[in-house]
Amino acid sequence: MLMFNKDRIIHILKRLLVHLILLTGALLALFPFVWMVLTSLKSYIEASAAQSFFPTHWLFSNYQQAWNQVGLFPRYFENTLLMAIATTLGVLITSSLAGYAFARMRFPGKDALFIILLSTMMVPFEVTLIPNFILMRDLHWIDHYEALIIPWTASAFSIFLLRQFFKAIPSELYDAAVLDGCNHFQFLWSIVLPLSRPALITSALFSFLGSWNSLMWPLLVTNNPMMRPLQVGITSFITDAGTEVQYLLAAVTISVIPVILIYFLLQRWFIEGVARVGIRG
Amino acid sequence: MVPPMQKSRPQPTTRQYPILARRIDWTAYLYILPAFVILVVFHIFPVFYAIDISLNTGPINKFKFVGLQNYVRALSTSDFWTALVNTFSFALMTIVSAIVLGLLFAYLLYQGVRGQSFYRTIYFLPYVLSTVGSSIVWAWVFDPSSGLANLALKYLGVPPLRWLIEPLGIFQLIGRQFNVTVPAWMHGPSLALIAIAIFTVWQTVGYDIVIFLAGLTNIPGEIYEAARMDGANSWQLFRFITFPLLSPTLFFVLVISVIGSFQSFNQIYSMNIAAAQTLGGPLGTTYTMTVYMFDQLYTYSNYGYASAVAVLLSALILVLTMINFRFVGPRTEAWESRE
Repeated sequence: MLMFNKDRIIHILKRLLVHLILLTGALLALFPFVWMVLTSLKSYIEASAAQSFFPTHWLFSNYQQAWNQVGLFPRYFENTLLMAIATTLGVLITSSLAGYAFARMRFPGKDALFIILLSTMMVPFEVTLIPNFILMRDLHWIDHYEALIIPWTASAFSIFLLRQFFKAIPSELYDAAVLDGCNHFQFLWSIVLPLSRPALITSALFSFLGSWNSLMWPLLVTNNPMMRPLQVGITSFITDAGTEVQYLLAAVTISVIPVILIYFLLQRWFIEGVARVGIRG
Repeated sequence: MVPPMQKSRPQPTTRQYPILARRIDWTAYLYILPAFVILVVFHIFPVFYAIDISLNTGPINKFKFVGLQNYVRALSTSDFWTALVNTFSFALMTIVSAIVLGLLFAYLLYQGVRGQSFYRTIYFLPYVLSTVGSSIVWAWVFDPSSGLANLALKYLGVPPLRWLIEPLGIFQLIGRQFNVTVPAWMHGPSLALIAIAIFTVWQTVGYDIVIFLAGLTNIPGEIYEAARMDGANSWQLFRFITFPLLSPTLFFVLVISVIGSFQSFNQIYSMNIAAAQTLGGPLGTTYTMTVYMFDQLYTYSNYGYASAVAVLLSALILVLTMINFRFVGPRTEAWESRE
């Protein structure tokens, strides 16, 4: 039975207000993105005038145009994909090994090394930028994939995240594995890693996103347009011309689709990973 | 190989005493080697190298040692101080707004509303999108002639603004509206810098929401029950239970935000380009330390000077982080709450 007393009404009004604020927030978060997709489907005149919200004609051909006309778009896309995947794999391998050593193994200097590791998280990226740039020149890595990938194949953050996860795995499992004749590597490979899927996914996603969206470093170490990743390619396209906005936005949309797909597929682990790192500090 | 069981000790009863706990694993060094090689070569050694470079001048391979000259030059250049002030305004605006908004939305979500995880997913979305992509869209939002920001102002009866191309300070603009002349030292950050700050908050607030929400969820429900039984109202619940118990999380977000916002570059660089401004424009009012450093490096190839600016920025971030840990941290019981 419904009860329309005063408390009940106040309660309902409160709920409505909460949802109103939350929905406004959600609209603000989504709106620029929706607007981008809609504008990417308009004609040039409509896109630059920004009169109507929806396109009068939905020009899906803009996407084909963007793919063919925005600089060397297919090449940018390939470069970014290669860079992001290689970086992510590198981070996963180096961090699993190091995270395991810090979580499970006993060795002299462990604490000191761990503190050094954590302190690298505090070093601002900017201060290492110039020396690394010079290093890349000396190694002749400018305009090579090595420069885009290798410096980023280790991450103190990921090592820390994985170590926290590995530590939570009961040591009884390890004792049992040792009695069965497992060594450390076999234990890591066949027991620890399968149990740590959420942490692995989180650090993979962070590396992938960081690499996919990186700008300043690729800007510095690529001069040859053939070597540019997406973000650099798109920024240079903006400066190039009285740009055809609809193609630019179509290009941007294509560039964010992989990220959005991955995010929605894996967002549960991702958000939990962010929250966990946040709480553990 | 099965290790001998420990005989002198009684059967281990807690997790702290696994069978192999006492043996040194020399192979551990092999496990940490790949990560440490990369970190030492590209992230630790360069810090010292940067300090070294900052004591030199001239082109690469022809460095000339000049001692502290680059630092002296930086500290006596007005551009540097302008960049420093801009960096502080930008950090203050983005940190405060993102924390307040993040707390508000996390608290509302925490009330157990339907669709909590849906909202959370949407709020976090801007964080994963590329700054370059989002900045193009936001440059359109702030477009003086056809942008959404001015459209919204029109509904509120406010005359249109120039946003990303407006070098005038916010208080200067407000003063002008009321025919008051504002003295130069309190013009405030330019509207252009504020617009970039709004964009940055939009982009990062989802991260704060997720972390605050996780922090709130960690507070045991029984504490609220007990306080309610004692007759606490919702403000008292927030003030005396939620806020103190959430403070370790708040502290974490503060530390991360300070480090992050003083290092902001992508947002400013992309917005400058998307609004067809020169780097740090209009009229240098969005010149932050990172942009200044990048300009010196990329445009002018002043390696030594740019390094000095980078070292000063790092020192600043380090000092601010230490202040956080020294003065803010202890008040939040951040240490007790750690495992």
